[in-house]
Amino acid sequence: MMRRLATLVGILGLAAAVFLWVLSGPNPLPDEELAAMGDGDAARGETVFWAGGCGSCHAAKGAKGDDKLTLGGRHPLVTPFGTFYAPNISPHTEHGIGAWTRDQFANAMARGLAPDGSHYYPAFPYTSYACMELADIADLWAFLGTLEPVDTVNLDHDLPLIFSIRRGLGLWKWLFLSDQPVVAIDEADAQLVRGRYLVEGPAHCGECHTPRNLIGGVDQSRWLAGGPAPEGEGFIPNITPHETGIGSWTADDIAFSLESGFTPEFDSFGASMVSVQDNMARLPAGDREAIAAYLKHVRPVATRKPVEPGQ
Amino acid sequence: MRKLFFGLIAAGVMVAGSAHADAIADRKATMKGVGGAMGTLVRMVRGQADFDAQAALAAFTTMNNATTGFVDLFPEGTETGGKTTVSAKVWEDRAGFEAAVNKFAGDTAAAVAAAPADLDALKAAFGPVAGNCNACHEVYRIPQQ
Ligand code: HEC
Ligand code: HEC
Ligand code: HEC
Repeated sequence: MMRRLATLVGILGLAAAVFLWVLSGPNPLPDEELAAMGDGDAARGETVFWAGGCGSCHAAKGAKGDDKLTLGGRHPLVTPFGTFYAPNISPHTEHGIGAWTRDQFANAMARGLAPDGSHYYPAFPYTSYACMELADIADLWAFLGTLEPVDTVNLDHDLPLIFSIRRGLGLWKWLFLSDQPVVAIDEADAQLVRGRYLVEGPAHCGECHTPRNLIGGVDQSRWLAGGPAPEGEGFIPNITPHETGIGSWTADDIAFSLESGFTPEFDSFGASMVSVQDNMARLPAGDREAIAAYLKHVRPVATRKPVEPGQ
Repeated sequence: MRKLFFGLIAAGVMVAGSAHADAIADRKATMKGVGGAMGTLVRMVRGQADFDAQAALAAFTTMNNATTGFVDLFPEGTETGGKTTVSAKVWEDRAGFEAAVNKFAGDTAAAVAAAPADLDALKAAFGPVAGNCNACHEVYRIPQQ
């Protein structure tokens, strides 16, 4: 009797282990989608590059203007899970990603998968890039190929042991990686569709402006309602149209702030938003207006600030 | 005697504490004034208000005056409290912070000296001044809500 029970438990345990192992495995883009991706257009890819903010992480910390096109990596990102160093994504064939194929790049962006099939950490915001159109990813790839190769060698991330096992990220991705839109909108409203695409996809606003759960997953029930900074210090503001958010801002205020860096009270953006705004200023005005329209449309949610002792 | 001694210490602590609270309130008020001056300029630059040479000069002057004694409003002990949004980097990299204040002082002094007489001149003077705001806020402030 006991022996049988033990065998049963053993079998169930093994089945669970196999199941988790399979779940945590790589899930690349289907071949037919990759085949339909197209050749990519470098000029269009430049817009995707600024929308995606690649230079805010992959260029040197504090890089301004065209220095954001020097993608040698080594930029430290200090998070509660450890310090990540963004890698070199310049077209250098040895130290950057110059020897990659376009398909490998698409799997990195949309599925968080390295060429060897291992998982990337979500410090690389592929959780948002997963919503991107493959044609845009192809354009971005073409643009990245026009940039200067940089020969800096990547730094290893500085992580506690339990977070250093990449296989476990497969389970995390199974829980949190989705290419489905967060906010329901009128699909016939081209401006809202564009705004949603930018905010939820390449511009990855939700990665900073949405609170996260204990294991670092974005809490979509509090979409854009603000939370502790996932990287660096402080509390990122609520940008929903709630009175504790930016409910008092007009769509024009929002679009102007993304263009100029000034709030309606003529405070200027600070911290990590400075680099984001600098990227947004490079987009066509219509894209900033689309983002503003979308932000006026999302569900208003009150800010919930964790109580700090002594405050 | 002992009572007096402790009383003096308590009074000393309170004075120091309120001096600190004043420094935080003062620097926030100073910056609010800078923000207000910025508003005057932005409205003109965006064409939401008519160009007004006197108002523009007053705005640049407000900003320039704000830099006088500004660094003294960041004494040790005012890193937190009073709803400050300052970053500890002000104290960790004092030289960098003071250089940023000096640059702002220099750029606003140049705008005051230029005394823009038309909208194009204002736009030319505005750009270099405006670049100071987020350059300093990027490094020396932490968002709080
Ligand atoms: C918030 C910071 C951040 C942003 C923004 C960002 N990345 Fe990254 N990226 C990272 C980090 C961190 C890694 C390393 C992940 C890992 O090691 O698991 C990474 C990894 C990568 C890799 C894999 C490189 C390699 O050597 O394996 C590619 C490719 C990449 N990013 C491309 C991009 C592109 C293109 C953009 C803009 C659309 C972008 N990233 C935006 C942080 C960022
Ligand atoms: C890398 C993190 C990050 C990303 C990505 C990001 N933001 Fe921000 N955002 C911030 C921080 C930090 C602040 C606070 C800035 C400050 O205190 O001056 C902020 C402030 C704002 C504000 C001002 C809110 C207020 O109450 O003053 C708006 C509006 C805003 N962000 C919109 C956006 C939009 C739109 C996007 C996507 C295009 C975006 N942000 C992406 C970090 C980020
Ligand atoms: C040399 C650094 C520096 C420069 C330049 C600077 N600021 Fe500030 N600013 C600060 C600091 C530090 C704070 C935070 C003060 C605090 O909360 O204790 C601040 C806060 C503010 C605030 C918020 C005030 C409040 O009510 O809490 C506004 C508005 C502001 N700045 C506007 C501007 C504008 C507009 C410019 C450019 C014309 C500018 N600042 C240039 C350092 C600077």
